[in-house]
Amino acid sequence: MAITRRAAIAGGLAAPFVMRQGASAQAPSRSETLLLVQEYGPNSLDMQGIGSSQPVNGVALNCYDRLLRFKPVPIPGGGGHQVAMGELEGELAESWQLASDGMSCTFKLRDAKFHSGRPVTAKDVKWSLDRACTIGGFATTQMNAGSLEKPEQFVAVDDKTFRVDFVRKDKMTLPNLAVTIPFVFDSELAMQNGGGDPHAKEYLKNNIAGSGAYKVESWKPGVETIYARNDAWACGKLPQLRRIIARDIASPATRRALMERGDADVSYGLPPKDFKDLADAGKVNVVGVPIPNGVWGCYLNTQVGPFKDVRLRQAVAWVMPYEKILQASLFGRGVDMSGGTTPKVAWPQPFPYKSDAAKAKALVDAAGGPFATTLYFDAGNATVAEPMAVLIKEALASIGITVEINKVPGANFRAEIAKKTNPMVLNRFAGWLDYPDYYLFWTMHGNNSIFNIAAYQNPALDKLVDAARFAPDKAAYDANVVDFIKLVNAEVPMVPINQPTHDVALQKSIGGYQFQPCREPDFRYLTKA
Amino acid sequence: MLGLIVARLKTTLPSIIGVIVVTFLLTRVLPGDTAAYFAGPAATPQAIAEIRSKLGLDQPLPVQFVAYVGALVKGDLGTSLTTGQAVTKDLAARLPASAELTLFGLLISMAIALPLGVLAAVRQGSWIDHLCRIVATAGVSLPVFFTGLLLVYVFYFILGWAPAPLGRLDAFATEPPRISGFLLIDSVIARDPETFRAALSQILLPALTLAIFSLAPITRMTRASMLAVLGADFVRTARASGLSSRTVIGTYAFRNAMLPVVTTLGMVFSFLLGANVLVEKVFAWPGVGSYAVEALIASDYAPIQGFVLTMAILYVILNLAIDILYGVIDPRVRLEG
Repeated sequence: MAITRRAAIAGGLAAPFVMRQGASAQAPSRSETLLLVQEYGPNSLDMQGIGSSQPVNGVALNCYDRLLRFKPVPIPGGGGHQVAMGELEGELAESWQLASDGMSCTFKLRDAKFHSGRPVTAKDVKWSLDRACTIGGFATTQMNAGSLEKPEQFVAVDDKTFRVDFVRKDKMTLPNLAVTIPFVFDSELAMQNGGGDPHAKEYLKNNIAGSGAYKVESWKPGVETIYARNDAWACGKLPQLRRIIARDIASPATRRALMERGDADVSYGLPPKDFKDLADAGKVNVVGVPIPNGVWGCYLNTQVGPFKDVRLRQAVAWVMPYEKILQASLFGRGVDMSGGTTPKVAWPQPFPYKSDAAKAKALVDAAGGPFATTLYFDAGNATVAEPMAVLIKEALASIGITVEINKVPGANFRAEIAKKTNPMVLNRFAGWLDYPDYYLFWTMHGNNSIFNIAAYQNPALDKLVDAARFAPDKAAYDANVVDFIKLVNAEVPMVPINQPTHDVALQKSIGGYQFQPCREPDFRYLTKA
Repeated sequence: MLGLIVARLKTTLPSIIGVIVVTFLLTRVLPGDTAAYFAGPAATPQAIAEIRSKLGLDQPLPVQFVAYVGALVKGDLGTSLTTGQAVTKDLAARLPASAELTLFGLLISMAIALPLGVLAAVRQGSWIDHLCRIVATAGVSLPVFFTGLLLVYVFYFILGWAPAPLGRLDAFATEPPRISGFLLIDSVIARDPETFRAALSQILLPALTLAIFSLAPITRMTRASMLAVLGADFVRTARASGLSSRTVIGTYAFRNAMLPVVTTLGMVFSFLLGANVLVEKVFAWPGVGSYAVEALIASDYAPIQGFVLTMAILYVILNLAIDILYGVIDPRVRLEG
């Protein structure tokens, strides 16, 4: 038979429709598979590694185990569970016991196995915590935040017993063992493949060597991550979902459309307006948790520029259009931080200011009358921060302060706030460990961390914050907290505007939502009807 | 022929070197502190300094440049901080996605634009000429992301005809074994009609978006060039000799009118390849455009340099291909070094 051009084209076009006889894959059914759509995915599989992005927390959470985890407590408004900072339960630890002098803690390990089949031993725990303390970067910083500072503190007593020696009494030590940094690697597997690197950074960046509830089945950075359940998981109730597909969909409009059409099961990180619309439409569930320890604040520079004068800082607090901002920039997805009465042991909490232009005007006049200044914010947060900035500009104009708005591209923002010369900056900060002193340690303490954007320096405050952190008992702690809250209420280096909610949209068929302080999805509790 | 190609390639060397130097300098001059960005929240100054030295950013610029060129010679474009992978690996994985989308879009566009342009030229002033004008104006004046969103809204959200805009394949479909990197071709090779159909339905809307955008230059160029040729002496002679209008237009006029159209096609293709960023974003298409933009936002130098370099090389190859094509279309044009 001669092959004509026509025959060749016809053959080519027909080829895809000639059925291939192949075995169909035994993939888990759609009801056991969850489709998550998110803005961007992990850039590594190792949360301890330097430069790991926010979604890597989710990998650490689902694919690795820690000694302890936060105990789920119901969200007051319903819709799932969140965590309570002081309440912990064992993950790899079957039980744990504080020493009578309160200077060490001994953990008994469960009979858990790594994905490789090897049992988890105290040696692995030690290797992993040593690594977190010595690898540098964010992991080490976070370990230090809970007074976990050097490898000598970690002792593998025997195969199943592990001890942490404390350098000082710090109430954050145990909660800090439950965050997404001190997770446990299969140290033998890591060392075998580490190629001489004691931290096996390259290998662990691209491979999971853990004992967690999920394994990474495939990872295409910037495209999708597929997780498969570890059926041998020993550290909790076996998750219902056998497979998770997490797709990176950059456009929020597309993510919203996918949710509304019912093609995606869960979406994180939509703009507040979309969450509000989705919640109002009622086709999908929207669960919002006020971000623990998180608050949008207007930082006023206390060292340079006009806001050195405390009266002007108070004036800004008096004129801040709290309610308008909550509605126009967060679409109600947050908690107002104005009109507080008595200081409580909580953070964030409303400051005793509310919108009162007359009081603000009087303070400005007393401080020398009208002036001009600049307000900075991170362009990456523009969806929320831009309307906020415009409303603040409008409100401040009414008391004679002319504001110029400067939107800083995301990559520059860190460099900008590190200068500590900007008169006004809008920023949202949320600490992983939900303690008032922890927040102030980062944002107002004399250690002048990058997040102390107001460059606030006050030895009296430092003393109270340090005292609270290492307070011997609850009464002393509470007294210290109330004292420093009173102090910052009067000094206002930062005007708290509102506490945003962390929202997530879920189809009605999805249950078991669990909020985690790292704000990444926890697949282990999710169910699909 | 081969000698000519080599000679031709030699002339492009200075521009490639220029591109390497300029992208290197540009990414360094741009404000933004990569180290601070990647140190993450709650980073101490020491943590930022550690990252800076790990990335080699604390070295003087000339030292960084020598290290960069040295790696480049070995085919190492560096590591992306946003995906954590080698840039060469990322680009190799993503270029086929962009190329497939762009080529498919261009094919759709050509299938509409060429006949439309020819008809508009032949029946100048008729309704089809006006239609051509309207289509071209509308296509070029609608921003691609808007067309993209509109198509998603109508065909996916309202009508439900199109599949979910989840990228190259439905989340539950499996990718065919990678041979060319083009899903449409690979699924045919794998004799997998299911995947072929899934890939085709995914690519249709984004390709259409690109096609609408690129209609204008192709239609207008075809029309203008056809008009010029139709007024030429040899066409009048052909008509006077009694050739059918079909032969005159199809065989004589069209082939002669193709030269400027091919140039335009080359330009449109290379332009689309880099500029379909927004389409890639709307349709979650894992291509090079969205890759470069994400990197730019994060001050991630290596992918940007890799992207620009790849694009420069693509331009060179494309121009060469077009030059060769000229010779095929019009024997009077010959490649000269």
